[in-house]
Amino acid sequence: MSDTTKKTAGAFDIRNFIGMLLGLYGIILTLMGLFGDKELDKTGGVNANLWTGLALIVVSAGFMTWARLKPTVVPEEVERAADDHTRPAPRNKPKPKHGH
Amino acid sequence: MSSALTPAAVAAETLIDANAVDYLMVALYFAFVLGIGLAARRAVSDSIDFFLSGRSLPAWVTGLAFISANLGAVEIMGMSANGAQIGLPTVHYFWVGAIPAMLFLGVVMMPFYYGSKVRSVPEFMLRRFGTGAHLVNALSFALAQLLIAGVNLFLLGSIVHALLGWPLWVALIIAAAIVLSYITLGGLSAAIYNEVLQFFVIVASLLPLTLIGLHRVGGWGGLQDKITEAAANAPAEAAVAPAEQQLNSWPGQALSGFDSGILSVIGIVFGLGFVLSFGYWTTNFVEVQRAMASNSISAARKTPIIGAFPKMLVPFIVILPGMIAAVLVTEIVDLKNGGSPPGGASGEGVKYNDALLLLMRDVLPNGLLGLAIAGLLAAFMAGMAANISAFNTVFSYDLWERYIRKDRSDDYYLRIGRLATVAATIIAIFTASIAGNFSNIMDYLQTLFGFFNAPLFATFILGMFWKRMTPTAGWMGLVAGTLSAILVWLCGNPDIFALFELPGQGLAFVAASTAFVVDIVVSVVVSLVTEPKPASELKGLVYSETPKEDLVDPEEASRPWYQRTVPLASIAFVFVLILNFAF
Repeated sequence: MSDTTKKTAGAFDIRNFIGMLLGLYGIILTLMGLFGDKELDKTGGVNANLWTGLALIVVSAGFMTWARLKPTVVPEEVERAADDHTRPAPRNKPKPKHGH
Repeated sequence: MSSALTPAAVAAETLIDANAVDYLMVALYFAFVLGIGLAARRAVSDSIDFFLSGRSLPAWVTGLAFISANLGAVEIMGMSANGAQIGLPTVHYFWVGAIPAMLFLGVVMMPFYYGSKVRSVPEFMLRRFGTGAHLVNALSFALAQLLIAGVNLFLLGSIVHALLGWPLWVALIIAAAIVLSYITLGGLSAAIYNEVLQFFVIVASLLPLTLIGLHRVGGWGGLQDKITEAAANAPAEAAVAPAEQQLNSWPGQALSGFDSGILSVIGIVFGLGFVLSFGYWTTNFVEVQRAMASNSISAARKTPIIGAFPKMLVPFIVILPGMIAAVLVTEIVDLKNGGSPPGGASGEGVKYNDALLLLMRDVLPNGLLGLAIAGLLAAFMAGMAANISAFNTVFSYDLWERYIRKDRSDDYYLRIGRLATVAATIIAIFTASIAGNFSNIMDYLQTLFGFFNAPLFATFILGMFWKRMTPTAGWMGLVAGTLSAILVWLCGNPDIFALFELPGQGLAFVAASTAFVVDIVVSVVVSLVTEPKPASELKGLVYSETPKEDLVDPEEASRPWYQRTVPLASIAFVFVLILNFAF
């Protein structure tokens, strides 16, 4: 991690994260729509998987493009999210030291 | 498939026929959610910390998380059940019962919360009124969380039952185990990511469900015709609301249970729109906390206001499916005609709560079905986990540490917290069976809100705007309010005293309104004869004692109108008025 370039949130930017899951769902549904049982009697003749899949791919691409165009810049030093007692979970591991 | 292994072949038949692709959709969701939880715990990336650490998020993220934290069992199953049973008047839960309160929260209440940094309702009570109100509120809050966790668990269990066909009590235990592992594996600690994901997954599954359902019944016109026809042909003893009541939101007699249209409007506007909804939204810290994670007081105020826009549209993807189910799904049609079809998520006969699951079974192809199941599991799991953790916080810190064992080590309270989590999950299995007794889960929830939230809201709002209100009045108002609501409910319950009769959710509205009025009256009377707190202790807690500049963001005035709190709230308000007139 160099000090000269600004560090962006990358894959963990919440928009990329949404984009990834919706994109995967979109691909699976599109494939189901093309090759799976279309079950047209249930949907009243519409290939629901295909259309939903394509729509999800578009939405996913939208999120990823947004994150690409206006990246979230993460400050050099981020305060560690404190152990939040309202959200019980295993305790935070101490933050690894970055080599500067 | 496995019918040979079980004694009763009917019980083993699953409600929903999921295949490998459906399970893949569910697994993918869990992989993302638990993956981010683990990554957060392991400190894999600064970016995760950036998104999870407090006060750094843009308002669109916290706004969606705010809606998502609420888009759980109540919204999805309860509203579709209500839609199936009484039709369009259910929209009042959104356009009267949510939006105005959310706007009020953003414009008026949020500055207090953001400024004073209180983390729970009992904490606010403690600082404003002292220990009496704190103890009463902490106890009733903990109890309410256990009961509501039971609702979420029951609905989660009903999905497990629908998928696997196991008896409901086994399904409940499995659902409880799923929630416990979700909490223990750290899923809850990445809540912001999960909630935003959850929102999109739910919309991505319910929107196609609604569109395909509408397509099947011949569009909005076809749905109207079919509901009209069904209402005309329904046997009199089924007491189905006439079609014009089911297809118009106002005056909403089918919802309030009043015969008179005017009384019905008053009941809905005061009971639901004011007492219940303001009580729910302004004191619900599970949701208020989402706004606390935003990056400025301005973003915190905009959180519920931005959330109001998607919230306005949610009824179209939850109530419409319910209404469609009532004319398309054989079992629900039969139920609405006064029949008692066997099966259903509880295994003890179909109920209105099953409307959505049954519609999914009838119209969604495999693939989309999996997406829908993932969305529902996610919503109920997160909802129950939030209830459990809210209980856990209040139990460990507000009750145990303050009143039972003081001054122990952090590890000690963490252990108590873990025990509380497990205990609450087990108790929820029992409260889930209470929830299962109600054919329409909304009746139950609104009753609970009337008992707990209505008096709380009265005490909150009076304490916030009237500096004379005393600590004694704080706890006495709460106790009197809750007791009066329970008394009204006992009198109106057909199985107990049966002194009067109000079908629909009218009884809950009346109980809540009574609680509100009694709380205000008792608080005012007691305040006049007891000693108030000195004004110096009320800064940041009472409106008149808080400097105005603490309540607004100085930079907000220089921003364009679409980034300012009040203009956004006004637009939302106009939209919701238009929706009310249109339907």
